[in-house]
Amino acid sequence: MATLFQKVWDAHAVRTLPSGQTQLFVGLHLIHEVTTPQAFDMLRQNGWRVAFPDRTFGTIDHIVPTLTRARPFLDVMAEEMTASLERNCRDFGVNLWKLDAEEQGIVHVIGPELGLTQPGMTIACGDSHTSTHGAMGAIAFGIGTSQVRDVLASQCLSLDPLNVRRIDVSGTLRPGVFAKDVILTIIRRLGVQGGVGYAYEYGGTTIDGMTIDERMTVCNMSIEGGARVGYVNPDDTTFRYLRGRPFAPAGAAFDRAVSWWRQQASDPNASYDDRVHFDANDIEPTVTWGINPGQSVGVTEPIEGDAGDEAFAFMGFEPGARVAGTKIDVAFIGSCTNGRLSDLEAAADIVRGRRVAKHVQALVVPGSQAVRRAAEASGLHEVFIDAGFEWRGPGCSMCLGMNPDRLQGRQVCASSSNRNFKGRQGSPTGRTLLMSPAMVAAAAIAGEIVDVRQMLEPVSA
Amino acid sequence: MTIAHIEGRGLPLRGDDIDTDRIMPARFLVSVSFEGLERHLFIDDRATNPAHPFSDDRYAGASILVVNANFGCGSSREHAPQGLVRRGIRAIVGESFSEIFQGNAAMLGMPCFAASGAEVERLQRRIEENPATSLRLDVRTGAVEAGDLRITAALPPARRDAFLSGQWNPTAMLLDRFEEVRAIAARLPYVRGF
Repeated sequence: MATLFQKVWDAHAVRTLPSGQTQLFVGLHLIHEVTTPQAFDMLRQNGWRVAFPDRTFGTIDHIVPTLTRARPFLDVMAEEMTASLERNCRDFGVNLWKLDAEEQGIVHVIGPELGLTQPGMTIACGDSHTSTHGAMGAIAFGIGTSQVRDVLASQCLSLDPLNVRRIDVSGTLRPGVFAKDVILTIIRRLGVQGGVGYAYEYGGTTIDGMTIDERMTVCNMSIEGGARVGYVNPDDTTFRYLRGRPFAPAGAAFDRAVSWWRQQASDPNASYDDRVHFDANDIEPTVTWGINPGQSVGVTEPIEGDAGDEAFAFMGFEPGARVAGTKIDVAFIGSCTNGRLSDLEAAADIVRGRRVAKHVQALVVPGSQAVRRAAEASGLHEVFIDAGFEWRGPGCSMCLGMNPDRLQGRQVCASSSNRNFKGRQGSPTGRTLLMSPAMVAAAAIAGEIVDVRQMLEPVSA
Repeated sequence: MTIAHIEGRGLPLRGDDIDTDRIMPARFLVSVSFEGLERHLFIDDRATNPAHPFSDDRYAGASILVVNANFGCGSSREHAPQGLVRRGIRAIVGESFSEIFQGNAAMLGMPCFAASGAEVERLQRRIEENPATSLRLDVRTGAVEAGDLRITAALPPARRDAFLSGQWNPTAMLLDRFEEVRAIAARLPYVRGF
């Protein structure tokens, strides 16, 4: 009568530490260049080795330039970070997909793509969007650098257990409404701190009907609702996704794995610490208007809120206004939230046969080399390029502006990323409106925020 | 090192949902060390608001930060609490904290005390009225004293005990009895092989 969270927690609990916290074994540790250099330094200072190098995988994503990958990078510090991760992985015997590797990409895109992320696992990564991996039925924790050090040295974390909130979404999403709109709506209703102390278990017919890519978009933004962990119970969709991936079990082992994976799912009569319900029919294309991901609104609705909230002054909206009609300067399609092939396909469906507005800089940044290859194989890149988008190399890019892709001044960006915090996209005064990739595409073409449902019909040639 | 009491002057910082991008913008994460991060704390907020508490000389040398709800939400970047610790912040009192931020802060020996919104507000006002007020935080009881003002705050029990027993940095404990880690790994089918 247990939830997946409880089963996975119990299977990985080593012992109760003298401090009272639980020592939890981490089945998969994903690392990248930003949050690990200091952790490896601490290992060296203490003479520690990496405890389970074969359960540790690295990639380079946050600081990667997307126009040219020529080394050394123009940014000397970015070059030093990259060289540092290369040296650390070599010295400690850790797998690293370097910039020229065909597996390289955003850490939360490549984990599932390679079949590293599997149901019933515990996963840790020095990045808050590690919750993404919960889409496969894993329990995945975003951690800080001191905890990265702990996982490198011991393959364990010291943690307190979380409560579990079941979030049911039922019914069919209407045309033009996507997984991004579902999670933005959930965060809007439950609040940006509503999930503190909870793992979010997403279920119900809407989630059941989603692809793994869509479930990843939902789980990815759990942390924006305050929940460190979000997950979906593994099912046939999960198993179909995993079959044949490089790190997934093969042959008879795959069938044995499926049987174990099934057992990790929450029992039908599991008890939850809290339950909430959403109706898919009530959800419309959703856009953030403020400076945290809970400040969102349906594209046809007026913005509600207290005029004294600093978000209004910063963003230039007023209570009662609508987001539709807001002129944009930049359109960004990408990130660990919405940088997968299906996201690019949804955007391309809107873009095909249309042109980006003259005043808009529009970027498509695939989530990984594999996403880029697949998109180029089906000609998606030409759809974007023909329309006036820039087709870039994979990385985190303008989600957080740690590479050269940054907003300038008070530019307004329609973005498929995950955070609209002040300064998030690299300009202290830059303004971010979060929305689905299709809505970003529609905004790029119209030059302003529009309801994507006006553009669902293909343009006739 | 055990942490039972924290004493010092307060630094009130008002606002809910202050995220770690605001505490430490991402451009300062382009580095292989945490050194010097204290210079960049709230740098963009301070540029647009000269009266920002982190720029206010009255709070220079303060070691107890007093914040509102959901402080430290967003990115897991440890650079945010690292910057605060390097500036001399030893503890934070607030209405609530993000899970990841609070854990990162604990790993650095910086307890995050939670109190009711009304009590935090009283404490902030007291410090604003008299920045020289000396604060005293008791980890065991959660008592926060500021002159004649006394409020009750709390730490999560396991965290509280870890500070009191000096076990807030868990690496040594995690490495102790490593055979038990190997035993758990050997029982997991995905580690052992399906």
